[in-house]
Amino acid sequence: MTSPESPDLSRRGFLAKLGLLFNVGVVATLSAPILAYVLSPASRKSNAGYESWVPLGSLDHFPSGQTRFATYRNPVVHPWDGETADIPCWVRNVDGKKFQVFAINCMHLGCPVRWFPQSNLFMCPCHGGAYYKDGSRAAGPPERGLFEYPNKIEGGTLLIHAGEMPTPVSRACNKSELVVIDS
Amino acid sequence: MRLVQQLGEWFDERLQLGRTLREVMEHPVPRQTASWWYVFGSAALTIFVFQIATGILLALVYVPSGAEAWNSLQTLNQQIAFGWFIRALHGWGSNFMLAVVLIHMAQVFLFGAYKFPRELTWIAGVFLLLMTLGMAFTGQIMRFDQDAYWGLGIGASIASRVPVFGPALVNLMLGGPIIAGATLSRFFALHVFVIPGLLIAFVGLHLLLVLKLGVNEWPMPGRIVRRATYEREYHELIQRDGAPFVPYAVWKDIFFSGFILLCIAACALLLGPFGPSGQPDPTIIQTAPRPDAFFLWIYTLLSYLPPAAETPIMLIGPVIGILVLLALPFVAGEGEKSWRRRPIAVLTILLIAVALGTMTQLGEHTPWSPVMDAWSSDPIPTEYLKGRTPLEHQGALVFQAKQCHNCHSLANDGGKRGPALDSVALRLTNDQLIRQVIQGGGNMPAYGKNLSAAETTALVKFLETLHPPGQEPARDASRGVAVGAIEEQPSPKQR
Repeated sequence: MTSPESPDLSRRGFLAKLGLLFNVGVVATLSAPILAYVLSPASRKSNAGYESWVPLGSLDHFPSGQTRFATYRNPVVHPWDGETADIPCWVRNVDGKKFQVFAINCMHLGCPVRWFPQSNLFMCPCHGGAYYKDGSRAAGPPERGLFEYPNKIEGGTLLIHAGEMPTPVSRACNKSELVVIDS
Repeated sequence: MRLVQQLGEWFDERLQLGRTLREVMEHPVPRQTASWWYVFGSAALTIFVFQIATGILLALVYVPSGAEAWNSLQTLNQQIAFGWFIRALHGWGSNFMLAVVLIHMAQVFLFGAYKFPRELTWIAGVFLLLMTLGMAFTGQIMRFDQDAYWGLGIGASIASRVPVFGPALVNLMLGGPIIAGATLSRFFALHVFVIPGLLIAFVGLHLLLVLKLGVNEWPMPGRIVRRATYEREYHELIQRDGAPFVPYAVWKDIFFSGFILLCIAACALLLGPFGPSGQPDPTIIQTAPRPDAFFLWIYTLLSYLPPAAETPIMLIGPVIGILVLLALPFVAGEGEKSWRRRPIAVLTILLIAVALGTMTQLGEHTPWSPVMDAWSSDPIPTEYLKGRTPLEHQGALVFQAKQCHNCHSLANDGGKRGPALDSVALRLTNDQLIRQVIQGGGNMPAYGKNLSAAETTALVKFLETLHPPGQEPARDASRGVAVGAIEEQPSPKQR
């Protein structure tokens, strides 16, 4: 720290170093709130509030045995989100009692899948992923079936637990097995 | 004139920059480097400055809000005088900047400019390339249209595959749980503040290094770079055969920069601005999102990678690529500079160019994507239906109604996802056709649950008619033996 030849310089040098140390301390103190601010979208606290039960509408909209297109307003929303907060999904009324609600996003890279009632398949326009009517993988690059939202029925209304964009690693995943049939 | 001189002197007395500037401008360069091959770096800098200028002009009107961005681009395109032109200049400037940066990189690579003592110049250049790519990607998101929306979805899907941190990374990237206003705001900050700031810093470093170390001399076959002697040799070369940069070499840079700007303006004028495509409304799902031209090759790559290898390649591939670029000057810091004596370097450039070109071309045509409306808009050619039995006609109907046409082409119409079926009867026997339809496999969904027995029979009957005239369809020779009697084979049908 000190230089023996020049006691005066060393005192000033020491003060300069002390000053630097002081600044490091200030920056370190400031960095805690800054980091918390930057990382807030990913922090567990805000994550917990991302998802909630969202109504998809009356059961009448979803005839038994059919798969229909539905949209909902994302539960976490800001005025400046505009139409991006309107989220689409596919609702399958299995037998009048049991429902399956699939995310629109292909489990390969998230493109919007389309339902073809004639062939009972979901097809993705991007890389050709295909899924059966129960959401399980039929063909193409996806490694798993479509993401399925948990759902419940209350007072004649279908509700799903939603709010976060599903990705291939999302927690509440469709558990259907990988279907691979070799030719 | 005298007034200008007096003003100049007044400022220089205080700033004392005149001498430094003169030294910078007149720094000696080897005469041979006053070549048209050495103009790409300065052209990239010119375009960068141009992009800053046009970017500021756009920022005068653009609203970086999820709800308003798309509308403000419409205003720019339709209502403000020459708004469309400024957008077009900025968009085409971006394409030209990436192209010029890539050409510059290939040129300095082939001329061995990354070798001792210019390793750091190369490394700064690698970061400049990454930042330029970052600008192109974030710029595409500023357009905040359908392609931007689903492009962000693709980015999030890739980020989610990172082990452990994936979901947190997705939230961090999107600025929340979904692609929304917060996502645009943070990409705006990246595009307008963060990356340009870094670019300016790295461009400064890059230029400083070029000045300090001198521009790379014209490589001569047999002139070997050695750490011990290079700097003395370069100094001698400058002494013997040097010329001041201004005006000896600079006029080519100036003309080329002007030419590139003219090209950008011409493209902007004749071809117009990029998009925006449809509104960023995720409930409009009749869309086939696709990235901008410079990222099409990634789109292609992602569709051709085997699913099991996809995640590791997506995550580790870029890291390896960047590390290879960064390590290059340390691995090959000495030796031959001339491309005439570096066949592997030339082959590498050619291979990369051909690979990127091919993948970009494929990305334009997306043969791996199903044609989502082929079943309703591409009819089966009449000659495939002439003289067929009612059952075969019924099969043709099944073929259309069950969307087979979305993935399989007939007479080049329809999807290219699966094989063309024009001569499928030559490849598969009746039994194999039934099995393929019902069980799928080889990247085809199983239709067993979705077709009645009658539909399957009809469909397979139709498929059996798909073979060129005069060629017998495939048949199982053992079938007659297995059934216990020689089956009557249908006579080959004429198409």
